[in-house]
Amino acid sequence: MQTDAIVIGAGTVGAAIAFGLARRGLSVLVLDGDDGDYRAARANFGLVWLQGKGMNMPAYQEWTRRSVDTWPEFNTELTELTSIDLQYEKNGGLAFCLGEDDFEKRRQHLQTLHEQRGGNEPGFEMLDRAALEKLLPRVRFGPDVSGASLGLHDGHANPLKLLAALHKGIAKHGGTLRSRSRVSKITPGSQGFTIETQEERFFSSRVIIAAGLGSAALAEQVGLHVPLRPQRGQILVTERIEPLLPLPASGLRQTREGTIMIGATQEEVGFDTSTTGTAASHLSRKTVQLVPALADLTLVRQWAGLRVMTPDSYPIYAQSPVHPGAFVTLCHSGVTLAAVHATTIAEAVIAGEIPSALAPFHHRRFNVPKAA
Amino acid sequence: MFRKLHEPSERAVTVFIDGVPARAEQGESVAAVLLRETPHWSRTTPVTQSKRAPYCMMGVCFECLAIVDGVASVQTCLTPVRDGMRIQRQTGKRSLSA
Repeated sequence: MQTDAIVIGAGTVGAAIAFGLARRGLSVLVLDGDDGDYRAARANFGLVWLQGKGMNMPAYQEWTRRSVDTWPEFNTELTELTSIDLQYEKNGGLAFCLGEDDFEKRRQHLQTLHEQRGGNEPGFEMLDRAALEKLLPRVRFGPDVSGASLGLHDGHANPLKLLAALHKGIAKHGGTLRSRSRVSKITPGSQGFTIETQEERFFSSRVIIAAGLGSAALAEQVGLHVPLRPQRGQILVTERIEPLLPLPASGLRQTREGTIMIGATQEEVGFDTSTTGTAASHLSRKTVQLVPALADLTLVRQWAGLRVMTPDSYPIYAQSPVHPGAFVTLCHSGVTLAAVHATTIAEAVIAGEIPSALAPFHHRRFNVPKAA
Repeated sequence: MFRKLHEPSERAVTVFIDGVPARAEQGESVAAVLLRETPHWSRTTPVTQSKRAPYCMMGVCFECLAIVDGVASVQTCLTPVRDGMRIQRQTGKRSLSA
């Protein structure tokens, strides 16, 4: 079986790129793994987020901003095509501050990011407690809450609806998605790549490795050595309640159905997707400090997922220099970056060249010897 | 639909379901009383507002949630009755104050 492009991995990253390729008229085959594989796309919190991201990496700020700027049209296109409501909202997002020092640190952090970017529009406001209470009139904040930063470009969506819409969108544009098709081998040849699963063999002139934590072993086979590690994040979810939070916040958002999502831990525990009581109590305590009344709510679920982390946490986009046509695309912000993955990255794959604006995301940045 | 097989006699207590007095017996669960009393349901769901009644009676299914003495989303099958207890059928999404 021969196609224009094979995407390995049907998570949010692979599905967005495959969607973009299929939409541009390529015949696309997406090969997805097994149910037992690590699936960050199904553990995601659901922020479409800019504020606070990209310290010492202005290219990442720019890239993220481009994605959040184009998310509204991306959302409209996907929704119209698939009739799936992504529950996307872009009304701004909050990061709460506890105490005056925290508030000032937050302001400085965002100001530094603004200066590093060198843009005209800061994209954030600092809200003192009174302004925050005015913005969220139904919420009674705990005594330690000093205010919040308001990211004007932030929003949120239902990450599972996004994934479902991408999968449906791929099919609508004539692409094929095969589950339980874990790729075991990529063999570069003179005319393209032979891709093998346990049972089948496929051929394509382009292959995009977007297999999350499974990507390192696959990328090796096309001469790309990507450093990756899992980072565990745990999330809690409450029962459904009347609308309380009109805006999402970092680590606290109310879904369209009414549940409150509480996240997320950052744990270096290797390939372990267990949930822990320690994390549940840490997340609960943090949340009750912000909004004491939430202590009354029943928690209905807790889960853990593994983030796809690079050494500096920023994405990797690279094409194999020895086997052109083979790309690796990795990041842990697949929801936020879905809009640019479906456009810019898909176009880069078609053009056979990663644009120079994305050169900072090549993994060669990890090979620079540290100055003594 | 359901009826008690014996008279509670000296173990009888009175609870109030949405303000209406109902006879119950010490030691039985609030869910058992809800099943006995018309209209038999305990809550409506948060999204589609469809009716739910106690089902598993052992703390697993969460269908029997109701407001008990002002506390919402109480699993009534795990909550024994108490004389004078105020039970409200819970409709739709819970609000934070109740």
